[in-house]
Formats: sequence, structure tokens, C-alpha cells
Amino acid sequence: MTTTKRDWQGSVSPSPGETTATDIAGNTLPIIKVCDLSVSFAGKKADGQIDVLSAISLDVQKGEFVCIVGPSGCGKTTLLNLIAGFIKPTAGSILIRGCPVTGPDPKRIFVFQENGVFPWLTVEQNVGFGLARRPEENRREIVRHYVQMVGLTGFEKSYPRELSGGMRQRVEIARALAANPEIIYMDEPFGALDFLTRLKMRADLTRIWQGERKTVLFVTHDIEEAVQLADRVVIMSARPATIQTEVVVHLPRPRDLDSRGYLEVRDEIFLTMGMSLKVGR
Amino acid sequence: MRSKILLPIAVAVLFLCLWDAAVLFTKTDVFPRPYQVLLGIVELAQRGLLLKYIVASLFRVSIGYTLAVLIGVPLGLLLGWFRPAFFALNPLIQIFRPISPIAWIPLAILWFHVDDRAPIFLIFLASVFPITVTAISAVQNIQPVYVRAAENFRLNQFDLFRRVIFPACLPQIITGLRIALGISWLVVVAAEMIAVNSGLGYLIIDARNAGKRYDLVVAGMLMIGVIGLMLDLLIRRLERFDAVLWGYSQRD
Repeated sequence: MTTTKRDWQGSVSPSPGETTATDIAGNTLPIIKVCDLSVSFAGKKADGQIDVLSAISLDVQKGEFVCIVGPSGCGKTTLLNLIAGFIKPTAGSILIRGCPVTGPDPKRIFVFQENGVFPWLTVEQNVGFGLARRPEENRREIVRHYVQMVGLTGFEKSYPRELSGGMRQRVEIARALAANPEIIYMDEPFGALDFLTRLKMRADLTRIWQGERKTVLFVTHDIEEAVQLADRVVIMSARPATIQTEVVVHLPRPRDLDSRGYLEVRDEIFLTMGMSLKVGR
Repeated sequence: MRSKILLPIAVAVLFLCLWDAAVLFTKTDVFPRPYQVLLGIVELAQRGLLLKYIVASLFRVSIGYTLAVLIGVPLGLLLGWFRPAFFALNPLIQIFRPISPIAWIPLAILWFHVDDRAPIFLIFLASVFPITVTAISAVQNIQPVYVRAAENFRLNQFDLFRRVIFPACLPQIITGLRIALGISWLVVVAAEMIAVNSGLGYLIIDARNAGKRYDLVVAGMLMIGVIGLMLDLLIRRLERFDAVLWGYSQRD
């Protein structure tokens, strides 16, 4: 049974087929490559069309944790939905491992802002949702592993309505991880939670990510959240949104929220987004 | 807690007293007093008619209603999900839906004669529309996030219905089933008054026609009320399952 174990912890020791691809020059190819992506929606008037995103280009490396921040309503969620294949771009291309995205795929799981946990299933049924084709024993083992990883042991038989908002978001993260995707897309997953729960969830997500080393693309409007979590923060402008700049966060994890390094990165992003750090002046 | 039991009992007793007083006061010899209704029920039981008619009515309801569930639920789910099918069939459904099942009685008798099939057909008609329409609207109002999650896990069409759409719509479907069962019970009485020679509806019309036995008329009405209440309590138990509890607001 040692092989199955490696199978579902695939990221620990990648199988030969999954090694990072390189181009002819030997540079590593990004797992996600977004080129000149634009999207517009038809407006209410006949002639009016609303440009949401314009000429977005973005590369994400395998195993990288990238946060996308920007003013609310700027199209961050739209960008994530495009990359995930839920909506089609007006122009430009999205390549995953060099292949164009044609739709959502179980190898790339989306964690929804409004919580997509199924209320008619128990915690363990939710976590095992993407594992229907696995043999029973294997499925149970995977479910137990991820339920424990997100700290929900003891709640396996509970229904989502019996859990707090934070716990429900843990269930969704466990469900995503259990499907063993290469990429996890997260759309403000902690947006609806209270402040303390959010801090705890960030700390736990960092711990989980360090163990699993999945590629994570994380959308948030919360700059502090981005700096706490990300290897790299991508900052978007207001609509029609484009990528304003990127900030690489070199701080070691777990991150000290009082350290000078953390505060410097945070303030740099605040300033980039044109916000004064002083209140009341 | 005590008033929850005592209060309704007090109101019921008061109602019976008022009824009795009204009959005595008006000196009517047609309308029965409450104790005469009770004697009427005993008489029906002794003649073996009570059980026979209850069984006859319940039998028709169960067949017609079950057929309506078996057809209405899958039809509603499919029409709710596949837009072209909805656009094609919805106008027809909306035209048939407001036609009272009672209006179908002449045709039912023409097609099925005075036979169990006539009331079964009418009950089917009465319940299939509310069931189908609630199932359609349940699918159309499903939370998009559940469908997206299902798409993300790449379920095939069959699994999409079995594992996501059906359970997501089940709380509303059960509400539709409950409404439809109530309507079925209303309709069976009307249908039996005209289209057959047994059942609680027939009992009422027969008691009036054959000797103006209004004690038996009211006895029949009382039985219809009691059985209708029991049917509703029975189907309400469906709302208590763990897999659908999420769909109902916290009441009681």
C-alpha cells in the first residue's frame, strides 16, 4: 500500500511525468501562463460594452502561492473565474502546462467565496466528493487524512449547518485538497469570516500549503492577508483592470506580523494602491 | 407549555358547545347535533362502510398521487435544467395548470366510465402540476455555487442530477409534494361525488340523496378532515431528514 500513499501525497515526490517542464533554453515553464487577457461584458445600452479586464499577463510557477489584490469590483474574481475555465475570455490566452483552458477541470479545484460545501452531505461525504471512483478503503483513508489536516477530526458525521463559517470553509479546503489537484484557486475564501477566525485560517492555510506545496492562486481585497500568505502579490488597478505591479514577498514562514520586513512589504503595497497610511489627515 | 395543549382543547370544546347551542336555538331538525354526528360515525363503522370508504379513497389517492410523483419530479428536474425543453413545454403546462381537476370530470367519465380509473386520473392531474412546477423552480433557483462545484469535479450528466441537482432541490420538492398531497385529498372527495360509487365523497353525496342523513354528511366531513390532517403530518416527516433539514428555516 506504499504506492497509494505516494499517489495521494503526490506533491511530496512528483512522479516522473509531473516534473517541472522546461523550455529549450532550460528555463522553467510556468504552470499557469496568462497572455494579454481581456474580457468585456455587454452593457445595458446597445452600444455600451463594459471592459472588465484589459491586457492581463501573468505567470505562476509550480508550487507558488500567488495572491491577487485590488480594489473591490476591479475584476479579481472575474480573472480567477477565467483562469479556472468558468467563463471565456474576449481576447488573449490562458495556458495550463502549455495547454489552453477549455473549462473547469478536477486537477484544478476552485474554493468559493460563498462556500460551495454541499449542505446535504456530511463533512466526510463532502471531503470525499471528488473521490467517487476510488476504492472505498482508499477513499476513507484520504478523507481521514484531510479531515485531520484541516482540524475537523470528530466532526466527520456533522452536517455543514451544524458548523461555523470557518469550519465550513475548512471542509471546502479539505474537499479541494482530497481531490489532489495541481492548482487550487481561492476566491476570497475567508472574506465572510470574523477577524480572529480569519487570522487562524491564514495560519492554518500556510501550514497546509507548506506540507502540500500545491500551486495556489488566491484572490483577496485584504492586503494584510496577501502579505501574510503569498510568495508574490499581484496588484491590480481599478476597472478596466490591468496588472499594476507585482511584489515578491521574501519573508520566512510562519510570518511575524510585527516584523519590520512584513510591515515594509505591506506599506509598499498600500502606497502602490494609492492609499494613505495615516488616518485622519 | 401547558397552554399549548390546554388552549386548543378549550377552543375545540367551546366550538362544540356553540355548535350544539346553535342547533338547539334554531330548532332545526335537519342539521345534526355533535353527539348525533358521533353516533353517525359509530353507525357507519358498524355497517362496515367507514373502513371500506376510507380505504377506497386512500387507495385512489395513493395510486394517482404516486403516478404524479413518479412523473412530476423527474419531468420538473429535466425541464428546470434543460432550457430548450423548458421553453418548449412550459406554455403548455401553464395552460393546463389553471384548469381545475373538477373541470375534467366529464371527460374522465367519458374515457373511464364510473370506475376507479376516473378519480385516479383526476388526482393525478391535480397533483402532477404543483409537483412539476415546484421541481422546475427549485432547479432554476439552485445556488450557482453548487453547480460550479459539480462542474469543477466534472460529474457526468447522470451524476450531476443524482449527486447535486436532486439533493439541492429536495427540500423544495418536498414542499411541493406536501402541497400536492393536500390538493389530492381535496380532489378525491369531489371526484367521488360524481364519478364513482364508493369512497368518502360518495358517502357524503349518498347520505344526502338517500334520505337527507345530514348526521352522516357531517360525519363524512369530519373523517375527511381527520384523515387529511394525518396525511399532512405523515408527509411532514419527510422534512425532518438530515439531508434536507438545511433547506428549511429554523422554525418550531
